[in-house]
Amino acid sequence: MFAFIVKRVTQAIFVMLVISFIGFSIRQQIGDPVRDIVGERVSVEEREALRDKLGLNDPFVMQYVRFVRNALQGDLGHSFFFKRPALEVIFDKAPATLELVFVSSLLVILISIPIGVYAAINPRNWFSRLIMGCSIVGVSIPVFLTAILLIYLFSVELQWLPSYGRGDTVNVWGWQTGFLTFDGLKHLILPSIALSSIMLPLFIRLIRSEMMEVLETEYIKFAWAKGLHRWRVWFLHAFKNTLLPVITVGGVQIGIMIAYTILTETVFQWQGMGFMFLEAVERSDTSLLVAYMVVVGALFVVVNTVVDVIYGLVNPMVRVAGRK
Amino acid sequence: MKRKWRRFKESYLLYSFKRDPVAIVSFVILAILIMLSILAPVIAPYDPYDVAGIDIMDAEIPPLWTEGGNDNFLLGTDIQGRDLLSSMFYGLRLSVLIGCGAVLLQAMIGIFIGLISGYIGGKTDAFLMRVADVQLSFSTLMVAILISAIFQVAFGVGRYEELAVPLLVIIIGFAEWPQYARTVRASVLGEKNKEYVEAARVIGLSRIWIMVRHILPNTMSPVLVISTVQVANAVMSEAALSFLGLGMPVTKPSLGSLINSGFEYIFSGSWWITFFPGVLLVVFVLVVNLLGDWLRDVLNPKLYKG
Repeated sequence: MFAFIVKRVTQAIFVMLVISFIGFSIRQQIGDPVRDIVGERVSVEEREALRDKLGLNDPFVMQYVRFVRNALQGDLGHSFFFKRPALEVIFDKAPATLELVFVSSLLVILISIPIGVYAAINPRNWFSRLIMGCSIVGVSIPVFLTAILLIYLFSVELQWLPSYGRGDTVNVWGWQTGFLTFDGLKHLILPSIALSSIMLPLFIRLIRSEMMEVLETEYIKFAWAKGLHRWRVWFLHAFKNTLLPVITVGGVQIGIMIAYTILTETVFQWQGMGFMFLEAVERSDTSLLVAYMVVVGALFVVVNTVVDVIYGLVNPMVRVAGRK
Repeated sequence: MKRKWRRFKESYLLYSFKRDPVAIVSFVILAILIMLSILAPVIAPYDPYDVAGIDIMDAEIPPLWTEGGNDNFLLGTDIQGRDLLSSMFYGLRLSVLIGCGAVLLQAMIGIFIGLISGYIGGKTDAFLMRVADVQLSFSTLMVAILISAIFQVAFGVGRYEELAVPLLVIIIGFAEWPQYARTVRASVLGEKNKEYVEAARVIGLSRIWIMVRHILPNTMSPVLVISTVQVANAVMSEAALSFLGLGMPVTKPSLGSLINSGFEYIFSGSWWITFFPGVLLVVFVLVVNLLGDWLRDVLNPKLYKG
C-alpha cells in the first residue's frame, strides 16, 4: 500500500513539473515580465537594465529552476492588469467558483442517486425509459445553452431570479461567501442548476449501469434466495457496492466540473476563477493565465491522486495490478 | 462492387437499422443537416460573409411569423442585419467541417499511438498510456480551452481569427486523441495474440506491415463506434470555444459564435438570434449521439471501460 501511495505521489509531482514547465515556456515565449511591471512607456535601456536585474537574460534552465522555486513559495508572478501577485488574485476569486462547484455537486448527488437507483431497479418502467431518453438529450445540450435558457425563462420572462453576479456576500475569515445571505443564495440558484445539468445525465447513467451490473451478481441472487426484504437487498447489498465505482468516477468528474465553470461563469458573469481566466486571455495577461493553469492543474492532480489512493485503499486489486 | 452491395444488403447492420425507428429518423435528419451544410452556398438565401449585402437597417428583425417580421428573412436577422437562416447554414457548415477535421486528426494521432502502444507494449506502452490517462483526467474541454487561450495570446486576436478553422481543428484534435488511443490499444491487445497475427509473423512480414494491414483493420469497429460520439463531442467543444470567444470570430460565425453574439441581446427580447442556432446545434449533436448509441448496440464491441 505504501509503495502504491509513493508511486502515485511521485507521478503527481512529475505531472506538476510538466505543467509548470509548459506554463513557464508560455511565459517565456509570449509574456513580457518587464511590461508586466513597468508598462509600455519605458525606454529600451531601462528595460534592458531591468531584464538583467530580474535575471531574464540567464540561461533557460536556471530561469526554470527559479520559476519552480518561486512557485513552491507561492509566487506565480505578477498580474499585469490587477497589479497584484497572480496567486492572490486567483485566491480572491476561488471562493466563488468553489461554492458554485460545491452546490452543483450537491445537486448532482442528491438528484442522480435516487433516479439512477430507481431506473436500475425498474429498467422496463416507463419512467425509467423517459429518464434514459431525457439523459441522452441532456448530454447533447451544451451547458451554456442551458444557462441561457434558464436566464431567458427565469430572469427575462418571469423575472423571478437574478441573471448575473453573486449578489450580496459576507466575509467570513477572508472567504467571501454567498451562502449566508438570502440574496447570495438567490444568485446561486441558476448557475448551479446550469452547471449540474451537464453532469446529471452522466451520473444517472453511471449509477444505473453500475447498479444493474451489481443486481446481476451471484450474491444478490443469493440474498433474494434467502428471502431478504427487497429494500435490504437493494440498498444494503446492491447499492453499497455500486458506490465504489461511482465515487471514483464521480470524484474525477467533479474535478472536470472546473472546466465547465468557465462556461457557466461567463454566462452568469459569476466573479470566479473561470471568469477571471477569460478576462486574462482578453487582456493578454500572461502571468495570470499561467498562474491559473498551474493552480487548476494542481487542483486536478490533487483530486485525481486522492481519488486513486482512496480507490487503492478500498480495492486491493488496483494497487496489486499497479505494482505488477 | 455488386457483391459488396449484396453483402451489405444482407448484413445484420442494415437489418437492425431497418427495425429501429429512432436510428432511421436520426439518420434522415443527419443526412439532411449534412446536405444543408454542404449545399449552404446554394441554398442559403443570402451570403452572410458578403459585407456589401448586409444592411444595418435590417438589424434585429424578428422571425417571419411574429410581430414585426419581414418577408425577406424567414427566421429574422441578427444584430448586424444578416439573415439568420443563411448564417445558420454557413455556421453549421463550419461546425461540421471543424468537427470532422478534428475527429480525423485525433483519430490519426490516437490510432498511431494506440497501435504502437498495444503492439510494442512494455515501457513504451506504460509511458504512452500514462500520458493519455493524465491528459484525460484534465478533461478534454479544459485542455482545449487552455490550448486555445495560449494560441490566442500567442498569435494575437487578429491572426487567431484569420487562422481560426485550422487552429480549432488542431486544438480539438490534440485535446481528444487519448480516447482513440485507449480504444485502439485495447483492441490491439485483444488481437495481437491471435493465430493470424502469429501466422503473419511466421511468414516473415515486417512489424509495420502486420500492424497496419493485419491488426488495424480488426480494430475498426470500436473506432467507428467512438468516432460518431467523438464528432458530437468535437462539435460541442467547438461551440463551447466559440461561445467563449476563443473560436470562430463573429464575422465568420459557427453555431457557437452565433449563440454567443445573440446572447447579449437576449435581455432586450431578441431571443431568436440565440434560440435557432442553439436548436440546430442541439439537434445535430443529438442525432449523432443517438446514431452512436445505436451503432454501439449493434456492433457491440468491447469498449475500453473507464
